Amino acid sequence: MIIDTTEIETINSFSKLESLKEVYGIIWMLFPILTLVLGITIGVLVIVWLEREISAGIQQRIGPEYAGPLGILQALADGTKLLLKENLIPSTGDTRLFSIGPSIAVISIFLSYSVIPFGDHLVLADLSIGVFFWIAISSIAPVGLLMSGYGSNNKYSFLGGLRAAAQSISYEIPLALCVLSISLRVIRLSNSLSTVDIVEAQSKYGFWGWNLWRQPIGFIVFLISSLAECERLPFDLPEAEEELVAGYQTEYSGIKFGLFYIASYLNLLVSSLFVTVLYLGGWNLSIPYIFVPELFGINKRGKVFGTLIGIFITLAKTYLFLFIPIATRWTLPRLRMDQLLNLGWKFLLPISLGNLLLTTSSQLLSL
Amino acid sequence: MNSIQFPLLDRTTQNSVISTTLNDLSNWSRLSSLWPLLYGTSCCFIEFASLIGSRFDFDRYGLVPRSSPRQADLILTAGTVTMKMAPSLVRLYEQMPEPKYVIAMGACTITGGMFSTDSYSTVRGVDKLIPVDVYLPGCPPKPEAVIDAITKLRKKISRELYEDRIRSQRANRCFTTNHKFHVQHSIHTGNYDQRVLYQPPSTSEIPTEIFFKYKNSVSSPELVN
Repeated sequence: MIIDTTEIETINSFSKLESLKEVYGIIWMLFPILTLVLGITIGVLVIVWLEREISAGIQQRIGPEYAGPLGILQALADGTKLLLKENLIPSTGDTRLFSIGPSIAVISIFLSYSVIPFGDHLVLADLSIGVFFWIAISSIAPVGLLMSGYGSNNKYSFLGGLRAAAQSISYEIPLALCVLSISLRVIRLSNSLSTVDIVEAQSKYGFWGWNLWRQPIGFIVFLISSLAECERLPFDLPEAEEELVAGYQTEYSGIKFGLFYIASYLNLLVSSLFVTVLYLGGWNLSIPYIFVPELFGINKRGKVFGTLIGIFITLAKTYLFLFIPIATRWTLPRLRMDQLLNLGWKFLLPISLGNLLLTTSSQLLSL
Repeated sequence: MNSIQFPLLDRTTQNSVISTTLNDLSNWSRLSSLWPLLYGTSCCFIEFASLIGSRFDFDRYGLVPRSSPRQADLILTAGTVTMKMAPSLVRLYEQMPEPKYVIAMGACTITGGMFSTDSYSTVRGVDKLIPVDVYLPGCPPKPEAVIDAITKLRKKISRELYEDRIRSQRANRCFTTNHKFHVQHSIHTGNYDQRVLYQPPSTSEIPTEIFFKYKNSVSSPELVN
């Protein structure tokens, strides 16, 4: 009798285990996503702090000083304040468009993080169309900006939204052409466009194998057009505060403005991460003839340490690269609208097309 | 700080892991990112503008100048406010979202300053228009004095209670009015809008000569002066 009851209990526990397994499965699906979102948020806070301190350094100021040690908590204080601030909605504007706009901008940028490899095969979704997923998703963001500009019922907002749309559309084409000329080689090597394969294709010869040396023109074009996509300073016409009060953000207050603020830095981080992945060799240590596993004897100890090193190298490259856009912001003056469009359509587009032609002709020789 | 003055929200529970209250957190976040509106009506703004620069750097206190009143927390009324400027100042203040602070900068915005005796156009003190948190005297105040005012405002914010703030400032929120501009297709018709024009008793019947005579007689004392 006693044995029977224990058997029943074990059977019951098994059925419980099944349901628990499903729950665990869901949790395991959510866990990487939440980790990524948390990591990205911390990364954005770090960028905001870095930008304020670097800009202070460039202008011989001190920068945030009193919010936490060295002003580290400044971005957190800004965020909390924006969260607790009153949320104003224009009475004659389109309320639905006004509220949806910023969330579309943020979500589309967040989605593009899912194809970024942070370490050795440490990627949320290893899609075979990887980079082009990013290009497709990132062109949704200007729709959000246009919606918010239109929904505000404000002439400055509307002008800013139109400018944002025009700018992103005209700079997306050189960006896509640069990515295309990189992916040609990856297609030949491994027949996919996955970001992981792009990094693996650069893994030989240390940093001499970076795509930066294969595609120097493409790198410069990519740098310029990603700056324009992020609406960073030489191209920050959509929010030019001397002409349009704050562009499409003019009517936004509280956390909705905070979403735009976050979205701009998220965009900066994602384009910098993509520069790392596409041109700077991703998670590889990139010093020729030294391999990470041999250096630290990781093969026996397990993969966790190697993964951590991979993440560290990716982030180090990314944040070192981020110094360039931040320094650019405080160095170069803003372009006019016609200069911006001339640069995009008459200079970057032909050059990136020429770069694509060069790349394809060198592919014929299978270099 | 006694507990009569700060009744409920400010008390921390002693055996809790979190060593602060929500009230303190919101006060801290507000005082450490006070974004001022880029607003200047005259010479005080020159002193205020030097705070943006490297010598007096108010980014140390987390102040980032914003051009849009929707994102500003603080307005420094830098400079004389005239009767003509007063409505737009009030409108700007109304457009700012709720935890908002005002520093009346300079003698002109406190009492009217040197224009307080015989000016026909100066507002005698900006506190007749909008509620002022900190009065900052000087003509114009030095940048150090502005920093002093900002520290005093930070001190004031740190002692704030969230409930009081809501109770005191939820009233008197106005919608902004629409523009009164009308689209008119042709301006040069010769028929002027009779409501707008000032009409002397019999304007249209006056011949031009008489009009010129009238004008000369009016303008002659100015020529003498």
